[in-house]
Amino acid sequence: MAEGDLLELRPQGLYCAAGDFYIDPWRPVERALITHGHADHARAGHRHYLACERAQGVLRARLGSVTLQTLPWGEGLMLGDVRVSFHPAGHILGSAQIRVEHRGRVWVASGDYKVEADGTCDAFEPVRCDTFITESTFGLPIYRWRRQSEIMADINRWWAANAADGRTSVLYCYSLGKAQRILSGVDPSIGPIVCHGAILALNRVYQDAGVALPAVHSADEALAPADRARALVLAPPACAGSAWVRRFADRSDAFASGWMQVRGTRRRRGVDRGFVLSDHADWPGLQWAIRQTGASRVLVTHGQVAPMVRWLREQGLQAEPLATRFGEEGEDGEDGTDSATDGATISAPAQDPAAGV
Amino acid sequence: MRAFATLYAELDASTSIRLKTAALQRYFQSVPPADAAWALYFLAGGRPRRLLPAAVLRSAALAESGLPEWLFEECYQSVGDMAETVALLLGDARTDDAGGLAAWMHDELLPLRGLPPGEQAARVTALWHRLDAAGRFVFNKLITGGFRVGVSRQLVLRALAAAFGRDEHALAQRIIGYTAADARPDAAAFLALIGEPGARGASEPLSAAQPYPFFLAQPLQQDPASLGAPGEWLAEWKWDGIRAQLVCRQGTVSLCSRGEELITDRFPEIQAGGAQLSGPIVLDGEVLCWLPGAAGPMPFAVLQTRIGRRTLSARRLREAPARFVAYDLLEDGSGDLRSLPQQERRERLQAVAAGWIGDALALSERLEATDWAALQALRNQSRERGVEGLMLKRALSAYGVGRTRSHPLGDWWKWKIDPWSVDAVLVYAQAGHGRRASLYTDYTFALWDGPPGTERRLVPFAKAYSGLSDAEIRAVDAVIRRTTVEKFGPVRSVTPTLVFELGFEGIARSPRHKSGVAVRFPRMLRPRPDKAIDDADQLATLLALIDGPPPQDG
Repeated sequence: MAEGDLLELRPQGLYCAAGDFYIDPWRPVERALITHGHADHARAGHRHYLACERAQGVLRARLGSVTLQTLPWGEGLMLGDVRVSFHPAGHILGSAQIRVEHRGRVWVASGDYKVEADGTCDAFEPVRCDTFITESTFGLPIYRWRRQSEIMADINRWWAANAADGRTSVLYCYSLGKAQRILSGVDPSIGPIVCHGAILALNRVYQDAGVALPAVHSADEALAPADRARALVLAPPACAGSAWVRRFADRSDAFASGWMQVRGTRRRRGVDRGFVLSDHADWPGLQWAIRQTGASRVLVTHGQVAPMVRWLREQGLQAEPLATRFGEEGEDGEDGTDSATDGATISAPAQDPAAGV
Repeated sequence: MRAFATLYAELDASTSIRLKTAALQRYFQSVPPADAAWALYFLAGGRPRRLLPAAVLRSAALAESGLPEWLFEECYQSVGDMAETVALLLGDARTDDAGGLAAWMHDELLPLRGLPPGEQAARVTALWHRLDAAGRFVFNKLITGGFRVGVSRQLVLRALAAAFGRDEHALAQRIIGYTAADARPDAAAFLALIGEPGARGASEPLSAAQPYPFFLAQPLQQDPASLGAPGEWLAEWKWDGIRAQLVCRQGTVSLCSRGEELITDRFPEIQAGGAQLSGPIVLDGEVLCWLPGAAGPMPFAVLQTRIGRRTLSARRLREAPARFVAYDLLEDGSGDLRSLPQQERRERLQAVAAGWIGDALALSERLEATDWAALQALRNQSRERGVEGLMLKRALSAYGVGRTRSHPLGDWWKWKIDPWSVDAVLVYAQAGHGRRASLYTDYTFALWDGPPGTERRLVPFAKAYSGLSDAEIRAVDAVIRRTTVEKFGPVRSVTPTLVFELGFEGIARSPRHKSGVAVRFPRMLRPRPDKAIDDADQLATLLALIDGPPPQDG
C-alpha cells in the first residue's frame, strides 16, 4: 500500500484514517466495521461495532452484548468525510463487502465471498470501485467448483447408501455457514438429522433470520438404534476422533470443504469421503468478481496471494499483496490453509504480522 | 476404463477394509476376465515400464491448460502430483469412455511406448478428451507408471479369493511373477490364476524360476524378554543387503528379489556358485558385497553400485564381489518345506551348506546365546560388523506369507540397533508430495560450526522428511509459514527456531557436501521443543562419530 491510500495497514488491522475506523481488526480498537461473523474477522474486544443488519444475529451469537450498530444493505453512513455501506458477499448469513467512499475515491473490502447463490444468505453483488481488496483462499486454477446442486446430490447418495447399510453418516463441516447450507440442501426424507451443539446454536440464528432449515435432533436426544443407523450427523471438524463422534459406532465419515478438491488434503484428513463444497469463490469466480468491480487496482489477501497477484498483473491490473491476519483462526471457516484447523503442539515465537508474514 | 476408474474412486474414497474388499469383489465378479487380468496386475503392484516420459505429459498438459508455465507450476506444487494436476486443470469434457481396461491398455496405452514425443503428446491429449476427471487421473497414473491405491496385495488376494471361492494362500503362490514389469496379463492368465486348484491341492507344480512368497519380519520395539525364553528363538545377524531367493530347479539357477524381479544376470558370481547345488532347492537369504576373507560385508553403498548395472566390468566384479548368504531352506528334493518348524529347516540348511565350496554361497551364522543379555551384547557389535542388528526367529514357526503372524509372540522379529543421533536446527523447508502436498514436510537441518559463546554459523548437513506424526507435521508447517524469511521457488528459508533429534544409520566424510559429511537415511526421531537453537549440536560432534568408537546402545 502507498502513502495517501484510503485504507492502510496498521498493527491493529486495516485502517481508514479519513473515517477513523478499522475493518475486521485483529486487535482491540475504538470502531470496527465487520464484514462477517467468522472468528478471524469478528473478534471480541472492540468498543463500537458496525455491521450489516443481516449479520446481527450471527454477531450477537458470537460476540454477546457488544455495542453494535447495523445498516440495511446498501444504505450509506457518514463516518467523518467517509461514506460507508454494506453489500452482500454471499459467503455466510449477513456476510458483507464494505464499500468505502471518500472524495470521489471508492474502495471495496470484500471480506470473504462466494459467487454462486446458495439460498441461505444474500447472493454476492458486484460493487463498482477503483480499488478492490479481494480474498484469494482458492486462488489457483485447480479450484473449480461443480454446481452446489450436484454436490448435494452426491451427499444425498452417500447418505442414502450408508443408511441402506445401517451405517451412520458423519459429515464434518464448519459450524457457521457450511452446516446450514448443507442442512438446507440435503434431502431430509432419507433419515433423521443430528447436529452437534455448536451447530444447533447457529441453526437458530439462521431460522430467526427466516432461512428454512429441516428439523434436526441434538446428539443428546435418545434416538432409536434403527434411526441412529440411518442418521446424517453434522459436526465441526474438530470433533473428528473425539468421544463425541465415537458414540456413533458404525459410521462412514466425510468432510465438506473446498480443500477436498485435492486428493492429498482429503487423505491427510483420514476421512472416507471428501465433498468439494466451499463458501469461497473458486478460480473462475474470483476472476469474474474482480472483473465485475471494474477496479484498476486489486489488493490480494489470504490464501494464494503471490500467484493471484502475479496473474492479475499479467492481466494488466495493478495488483499488490496485502498482509492481513485473516485466515489464521480457521476453526469455523475454511480460510487460511487446511492445516490451520488443528491445534499446534510445537510453538515458535510469534512474529508481529504487521512486520509482514 | 470407466469401471476401473470407478473402482479406483471407491477404493480411494474409503478407509474401511470391509468396504474396500466388497468393492474389489464386486469389480472382479462383474468385469470380463481380460479387464480383470489388467486390474489385478495393477492392484497387486504391477508396474509396466513407463509408457512415456513425464516431460511429455507435462508439456501436453501445459499446452492443453492454456496457462502460463509459472502458474501451471504453482498448481503442481500445490497439488503435489502431476497426474492429479492435469486431471484438475482440464475441465470436465464430454466423455466417450467406452471399452474396458484391457481394450484401453492394448489399443491406446501400450502403443504409446516408443512413439516420437510429439505423437505421444497428441495422442494423450486426444485421449484426455474421452475421459472425465476421475478417468483422466487413473489414465495419467497408468501411463506414468505411478499407479498406487491404498490396498495391499494381501487385501486384493483376499477379495479375489472370496469372489471366486478360492484359497487365499494358493492365490498368493500362483500370483508370483504375475506382476513382472514386462507381463502382458490376459484373460487366459487370469482364468488360470483363479482356476480350480490342481490335483495336488494348494501346492501346485512351480515353474523353474518361481520363488515362494517372502515371509517378512516385524520390527521389535518391546523388551526382548517379553518374547519368553531365548532358547525358543534362533538368532542371526540382520544383514543390510538385498533380500532374495535362490531358486534351483530343472537345472537352472535363478535369483529373485523380494520385489519379484529376476536379478540373476546382475550377480553372475552367485549364479555360478548356485550351479553346484543339485536341485530342486530354494534358499532364502541376502545378497551382499563381501570381499573374500573379510570378516564382514561391505557397506550397502557398495552393493548399490552393482544393482543398477546390467553390464559389469571385471574390475567391478573384483572390487565389489557379491555373495548369497543363506538363512532358510524352503524347498528340497522332498518338496515344499515351509510348514516345517524353523529349527528343522535350519538343520536341513546347515546340512546342505556343509558341502558348499567357493565364496559365492555362504551360510548365515547362527548366534548362540543362553540369555537376552548375551544377545544384547552381540547386538552392540552390530556397527563394527556392518550389520543392522539381530534377527529373532521362533524355533517352532513355519515360514509364513508376508507379514502374517501364527503365534501371539510373533514369528520373525528384526531387532535393529538404535540409530546415531544429533540435535539439529531446521533451516529450510520444502512442500511435500502426494498426501503431503501443500504442507511443508521436507526439511533441511543444520549444526553449529563452533562452540557456544563464539561467533558461529549453522551449517546445513542433512535433509529429512520422515518420522513425524501428521499432527506434528501440521504444527511444524504452521511455524514455517510464520517464520519464513525468504522463498526460493518451492523452498523457504526460516528464522531458525525449531530443534529436532535427528537419527541416521551411517556416516562418512564427503567432499561433495558443504558440511564435509554425508549421513545415511537421516530422519526425525522427535521434536525437541525443550531445546533452544543454541543447545543444538555442533558439526564437531558429528565428525567425532566418524573417527571415534561407535556409541553403545541398549
